[in-house]
Amino acid sequence: MYVAVKGGEAAIANAHSLLADRRRGDRSVPALRLDQIVEQLALGVDRVMSEGSLYDRELAALAIVQARGDMIEAIFLVRAYRTTLPRFGYTSPIDTSAMLVERRVSATYKDLPGGQLLGPTFDYTHRLLDPELAAGAGVAEPVQRAGQTEPMPRVSAILAREGLIEPDGDMPQDHVPGDITREPLEFPMARDIRLQALSRGDEGFLLALGYSTQRGYARNHPFVGEIRIGEVELELDVPELPFTVPLGTVRVTECQMVNQFKGSAKAPPQFTRGYGLVFGQSERKAMAMALCDRALRASELGEDVVAAAQDEEFVITHSDNVQATGFVEHLKLPHYVDFQAELDLVRRMRAEYEARENPAKAEEKKEAAE
Amino acid sequence: MRGQEARDQAERKAAMATLAQSSGDDIVRLWNEAGLPSQAELLRGPETGLVTLRGRIGGGGAPFNVGEATVTRATVRLPSGQVGHCYALGRDKQKAKLAAIADALWQDPAHRTEVETRLIAPLRSALTAAHEKRRAETAATKVDFFTMVRGED
Repeated sequence: MYVAVKGGEAAIANAHSLLADRRRGDRSVPALRLDQIVEQLALGVDRVMSEGSLYDRELAALAIVQARGDMIEAIFLVRAYRTTLPRFGYTSPIDTSAMLVERRVSATYKDLPGGQLLGPTFDYTHRLLDPELAAGAGVAEPVQRAGQTEPMPRVSAILAREGLIEPDGDMPQDHVPGDITREPLEFPMARDIRLQALSRGDEGFLLALGYSTQRGYARNHPFVGEIRIGEVELELDVPELPFTVPLGTVRVTECQMVNQFKGSAKAPPQFTRGYGLVFGQSERKAMAMALCDRALRASELGEDVVAAAQDEEFVITHSDNVQATGFVEHLKLPHYVDFQAELDLVRRMRAEYEARENPAKAEEKKEAAE
Repeated sequence: MRGQEARDQAERKAAMATLAQSSGDDIVRLWNEAGLPSQAELLRGPETGLVTLRGRIGGGGAPFNVGEATVTRATVRLPSGQVGHCYALGRDKQKAKLAAIADALWQDPAHRTEVETRLIAPLRSALTAAHEKRRAETAATKVDFFTMVRGED
């Protein structure tokens, strides 16, 4: 028998209005505007866009303020919004070598063409809290340096000239890129689908897995061949125009991880690669993604699968924080009937146990009950 | 003729790229200053939807899907018959409509020069200036390595 229980409507409505009040906080403090969040909490906005898998700064900022700064809740809001919009198509693949670069560093080549551009980085800061920032001090305009910028080929092209690195990941000519938003996950999966899942995966989860590979669980000796951050142009093929239509630009972070590989029966000794590409400026995520991408290629490269980071099904099915939070957090919703059934079962088992352990006492109890 | 057609297409695409990258506010301001006609029949939209952004494995390998982006599109027809389109990142419907009208006007020989000089050119120079500023700011963070030389040659 299934017994439905109703109630709590007033409590829910009041809880939501209380949430709205607490979200707003002290009314004597000015309310945040979305442009303030977009401009001043830009990397938080980037994380919500990346894991919400939707490039739209203002929507991500709205999600952050609506979620009171709870990033996973904000990502959840963005994911839900995505489902309400129609699809116009797939863009042409972006060309990261044509990026308007804002940061580009390589840990493998000091003097690579185009040079090392630090850009707006936290690296080499002293990680000391800044009281002047708290006091709202003004900020000077950044220094400019005139002159032509050299072209910046991807670092993989440099090693490729010597044949010491594997080429960019190719797929058969007729391969259509898989789309996890259209088809359910199936294992084993092709690398393109894995990369889509990793790109929207939880930064913390991928970071921990990437870290585990460095600590010896699926060790593969990574170097950052290159990280580049900047804007790339998007183009879409549409039937009504005889050319691909330009959509504007998006900022992305790309990480080329270069890994040692001693070679196998199939391939000569050469460097292998892991690849990371994420929305916005998020190099920690792009690096973690590249480490996981490389670890997940274990079977393809004939390596023993011995660690969590190499286990495709484990990594991909647990990388989505919206799914993870949904399943973990549903535990707090009413399970009264399930629990009543369990309670009944435990009572019966306990009675049987006691009857076995202490028959005389159980008999007494039974008589008293009767 | 073939060459002229290709040049026209390249110019039209460049104009659409400039409109897509510019802010709605800038387009509205220049539109009003230039007094461009905004009368047009909406054939589609403006409507917001998603495109799935693609990257390439390793940067240059097989394509894969990265994630979605919001895009707003519009299609308009001028009283003179030209049909214009716009697809632009974001959710600015007024911008999409004006950019579609601009695309239609661009195809009208009577309006092309006006659209190019009064709307596209100023938008383009603002975008170029912003890019150059960003490039120069990034260039100032370039590491100039030097070697500590010991002894003399």
